[in-house]
Amino acid sequence: MELTKREKLMLKGNEGEGVQKAMEILVTLAEIYNARKMVEIKSAQVAGVSYKNLGDAGLEFLEEWAEEGAKVKVPTTLNPAGMDLKNWKKLGIPEEFAKKQLMVVKAYEKMGAKPTCTCTPYLVGNLPTFGDHIAWSESSAVCYANSVIGARTNREGGPSALAAAIAGRTPLYGYHLDENRKGKFLIEVECKLDKISDFGALGYLVGKKIGNSVPYFKGIQKADSDQLKALGAAMAASGAVALFHVKEITPEAKLHNTVSESAETIVIDSLKEAYRELNAETGEIDFVAIGCPHASLAEIEQIADLLKGQEVRAKLWITTSSEVKEMAKRKSLLEKIEKSGANIVADTCMIVAPIKEMGLKNMATNAGKAAFYAPAHCGVNVRFGSLDKCIEAAVTGRW
Amino acid sequence: MGLKGRVIRSGRAKGEALVSREPISFFGCIDPSSGIITEKGHELEGECIKDKILVFPHGKGSTVGSYALYRLKKNSAAPRAIINEECEPIVAVGAIISDIPCVDKIDIKKIKTGDRIEIEGNKVKINE
Repeated sequence: MELTKREKLMLKGNEGEGVQKAMEILVTLAEIYNARKMVEIKSAQVAGVSYKNLGDAGLEFLEEWAEEGAKVKVPTTLNPAGMDLKNWKKLGIPEEFAKKQLMVVKAYEKMGAKPTCTCTPYLVGNLPTFGDHIAWSESSAVCYANSVIGARTNREGGPSALAAAIAGRTPLYGYHLDENRKGKFLIEVECKLDKISDFGALGYLVGKKIGNSVPYFKGIQKADSDQLKALGAAMAASGAVALFHVKEITPEAKLHNTVSESAETIVIDSLKEAYRELNAETGEIDFVAIGCPHASLAEIEQIADLLKGQEVRAKLWITTSSEVKEMAKRKSLLEKIEKSGANIVADTCMIVAPIKEMGLKNMATNAGKAAFYAPAHCGVNVRFGSLDKCIEAAVTGRW
Repeated sequence: MGLKGRVIRSGRAKGEALVSREPISFFGCIDPSSGIITEKGHELEGECIKDKILVFPHGKGSTVGSYALYRLKKNSAAPRAIINEECEPIVAVGAIISDIPCVDKIDIKKIKTGDRIEIEGNKVKINE
């Protein structure tokens, strides 16, 4: 592969050990994927922040990399942590866990990353523009950036996204190249999509069918950014979808033909299968989790409207970024929601927080992604349905 | 017998092969302090990867697996080297940050558990 003069020096260690390690990782990945060269990136989103997933291994490694003087060269934001960085005590997070979690975030901050701790960096200022090359991990954000924004990233892992941030570049292959961005499956949607959970259900079905391929959707009449966020997140979880197009809605589909001639057609005329597979039998609900991916201000407004001041019987978490939480506070939504006994929880989510250790057993959610991951990853029974139904379950403790 | 592959992490190592026909996840499936494989139903469940030449088709699971390999190395419970059929980013990044020699594009059917393996760069010697 071709490296520029500067890249060769970075690899030799002229910019320090930290940069050298980053370049070693990137050059090896470039060789594995037959990339011809590197491309400079505009931003990075780094996963591998929750101490629950990292453990002491990850923590030690990050501290060491920071110690070697590694600093990010582009704006870099972080994925959710295992807890609300400010209000962890109130939420019942064990002290030892909290201590380690704060050390993880500190190591990232030492390297220059912003402690945003959200899976929706595009809602809090890490917003690329159409055609930008970026290196993002967090599969739902990858899907959103590629599809809804039209930026270009592969599905990076935590370490490779961090290496790209430190080197300011990533190997040029995969979704960075035009030829890999065409739809390989034509998905004809013949059922009505209304609620966010419907988009999650559709995403779950499609991801399961097409794996890591690129779908082109026809028949979706309208979709707002929150619905597209839910669709992408579910496809990235049940499959490994990194990019999708929606006819007349997403930017690349508006611009030119984004379907391959050889695309295989799949017709989706019902979401019943998804709702059946993502629902356990449980009738009792002790935990309701909304905000996977992190809730937008519009979603928080809807929740406040649905709650109408009613007191919740189950624990209700609305997970979001600290920035959106702040906006909710300004609009007095936080006050309204807390009055019901619910929490707006920042910096974390139901999947990466130690839910099981908190004694929760039966969870309701309107997110396809959370419904897919929670049973295996958090050991809870899941009920998956519309936001209305979830809020009702929070109030009654029943599904 | 000698085989040639592609270098993922350059280095030299000598040891006994431990071969898995199934993919391996370093996150959540191997005890980080002992190197014992704990994944239920895995063909190597209960085996220890410490100081072995670990041979498997490719990695699987969370990208946190790269950090898990690093943890094994820190605990002196890591394999001496890794041989893959097709290395993917989780194992590749793990091998680089832990400085564990790693070679891929090797026909792993030619290696069986207990073989004496010697690795140098892209060369793999079996029972020589």
